[in-house]
Amino acid sequence: MQLSREDLLQAYRRMKTIRAFEELLHDEIQTGEIAGFTHLYCGQEAVAVGVCEHLSDDDKIVSTHRGHGHCLAKGCDVEGMMKEIWGSREGLCKGKGGSMHIADVDKGMLGANGIVGAGAPIAVGAAMAAKIDGPDANGKLKVAIAFSGDGACNQGTTFEAMNMAVVTKAPAIFVFENNHYSEHTGFEYAVGTQRDIASRAEAFGMRVWRADGTDFSAVHDTMSEVLEYVRAGNGPAAVEFDTERFYGHFEGDPQRYRAKGELDRIREERDCIKKFRESATEAKLLDGADLDQVDAEVAQAIEKAVVAARAAERPKAEDVLVDVYIDY
Amino acid sequence: MAKMMYRDAVRNTIFQEMKRDDSVVVLGEDVVGGMGTPGGPEAIGGIWSTSTGLFGEFGADRVIDTPISESAIVGAAGGLALSGKRPIAELMFADFIGVSLDQIWNQIAKFRYMFGGKTKCPAIIRCIYGAGYNAAAQHSQSPHAILTGMPGLKVVMPSTPADVAGLLRQAIRDDDPVIFMEHKALYGVQGEVPDDPDFCIPFGHARLTRAGQDVTILATGMMVGMAESAADTLAENGIGCDVIDLRTTSPLDEEAILDSVEVTGRLVIVDEAPPRCSLATDLSALVAQKAFASLRAPIEMVTAPHTPIPFARELESAYLPNPDKIEAAVRKALAYN
Ligand SMILES: Cc1ncc(C[n+]2csc(CCOP(=O)(O)OP(=O)(O)O)c2C)c(N)n1
Ligand SMILES: [Mg+2]
Repeated sequence: MQLSREDLLQAYRRMKTIRAFEELLHDEIQTGEIAGFTHLYCGQEAVAVGVCEHLSDDDKIVSTHRGHGHCLAKGCDVEGMMKEIWGSREGLCKGKGGSMHIADVDKGMLGANGIVGAGAPIAVGAAMAAKIDGPDANGKLKVAIAFSGDGACNQGTTFEAMNMAVVTKAPAIFVFENNHYSEHTGFEYAVGTQRDIASRAEAFGMRVWRADGTDFSAVHDTMSEVLEYVRAGNGPAAVEFDTERFYGHFEGDPQRYRAKGELDRIREERDCIKKFRESATEAKLLDGADLDQVDAEVAQAIEKAVVAARAAERPKAEDVLVDVYIDY
Repeated sequence: MAKMMYRDAVRNTIFQEMKRDDSVVVLGEDVVGGMGTPGGPEAIGGIWSTSTGLFGEFGADRVIDTPISESAIVGAAGGLALSGKRPIAELMFADFIGVSLDQIWNQIAKFRYMFGGKTKCPAIIRCIYGAGYNAAAQHSQSPHAILTGMPGLKVVMPSTPADVAGLLRQAIRDDDPVIFMEHKALYGVQGEVPDDPDFCIPFGHARLTRAGQDVTILATGMMVGMAESAADTLAENGIGCDVIDLRTTSPLDEEAILDSVEVTGRLVIVDEAPPRCSLATDLSALVAQKAFASLRAPIEMVTAPHTPIPFARELESAYLPNPDKIEAAVRKALAYN
């Protein structure tokens, strides 16, 4: 499906926003200003954006510990996220959650998650709710998407969620982002089927797709098919995207598990943003100047968000006690 | 004596015990690290560096790198233990107890009792716990109270490198299931560790780390250092505190607690976890029941509030106990008459 110029520019802006957001954090973390554990999404942008460009605020996603990209792609506010990561009271979660727990339920973003494998069952519940609510005027269901890594696919929760989605015919989509590593362990060791997560999902009785997660249009096109299938009420589906993470598992990871030159190679050959630029300009869908302008605007927006995050109000000690309950 | 860090005491004790006893095995996520990667096994070990070099020495059968599957990790430890092995399972964060709870609570803890005493289950679950890293609500918790409340489990909370060595060796040689809780903020703490390859600290023996006549302070893990620092400040002002490091919460050294309270008549309990149904309330009930006549003031508790653990630096430090809060509680206990 060929996207319009506007849609392409918007997708590029989103991917670029994620990239710039993460690169900034990568630098800032070295200065010690940011507290806690931060897992960067750089390299996987085409997946989050290629999936979420199809969604409305009423479609739900559940994310992972590596959640910034999913949040940004689903429309979470850049400044609100930056303030959250800075631990500000003005942050999207008032400084309570931080990087691993960013959420914006109004945007259909049901949270990043610090517990690997916790997301899939939650997405199934959201999908059940969508099934109860029924199709819209065009006969299409809302959906719920669980993003999971190649590591998370080994949790029993993920298996249980897949089976339950199949037997309840919930409009859930399991998006597996295979970046080949779970922390310091290789995918080929930890996933017994080797080179494939999708076939596991298939064994649970759902339809599956596979695509190159570093190719935006492959992700986007695949998701068009997947969403058409799931929105029509055929039950759940799974997609495996082969992708790359550019930075360490967490910030400070020396990455000695990688091959020599691997990082240079994936940045050279598997950079989804570089590939997007090349293919869009070669096909004369967009020209370099348009893209450069987006780059400049994104850089400005990120800079503005950091300035705002630094200046934002700090939380107060008494805030600790707030929001445990609605009423107590 | 050798000077080493808390984390090295973990690793060295496991290493020595694996050398001594072939039935000791280790399992957990990234306990080898680098499996199935271009860098190869041990390219980088686990994030806490508590299993460095084990794989090279003992091989893949005894140092088992697992997928991310905490239920299966803990359950497999149970099965290994029922089959003559002495597994040491690692939960990278104690919070993941949540994922594996059935295997701990309904399985490992109860095997011996349910089977009429006909079996033993010498499994160790190492849990890396505690706040102080701004790791927020799912990576900072101290779940010792729920585990202490489970009949069948022994729960160990060392606060120094020497106690790590003595208690971990005891745990490995112990025939019951043991939850071994390592505080992540103590990993870098240095201390002297005895060279004796059989150095064990029996469970249920608390350690008096400061002696004083005025107030008793009870603490575990990271709270011990805070209690000591409060006690040192108070000592400069002529107030003497007994600081008791419980070391194990199950079994519990009731005698050490009651003996001290008999002398001081005043008790401050420091607990990193929230206050409801907690270690602090448990100890408080013990003293109220068994040393009521000795008490000269209400029991004070310095605990986290009844909230999840917040992320922001300011919020996490407001959440946690600290020496100032402990000092204030001691003064409050003393002011009562
Ligand atoms: C239940 C649980 N187990 C372990 C961890 C520690 N941990 C955090 S991320 C991670 C690796 C996850 O790998 P994957 O699912 O492939 O996601 P990626 O990091 O590659 O995005 C691990 C082991 C955790 N947070 N939660
Ligand atoms: Mg991965």
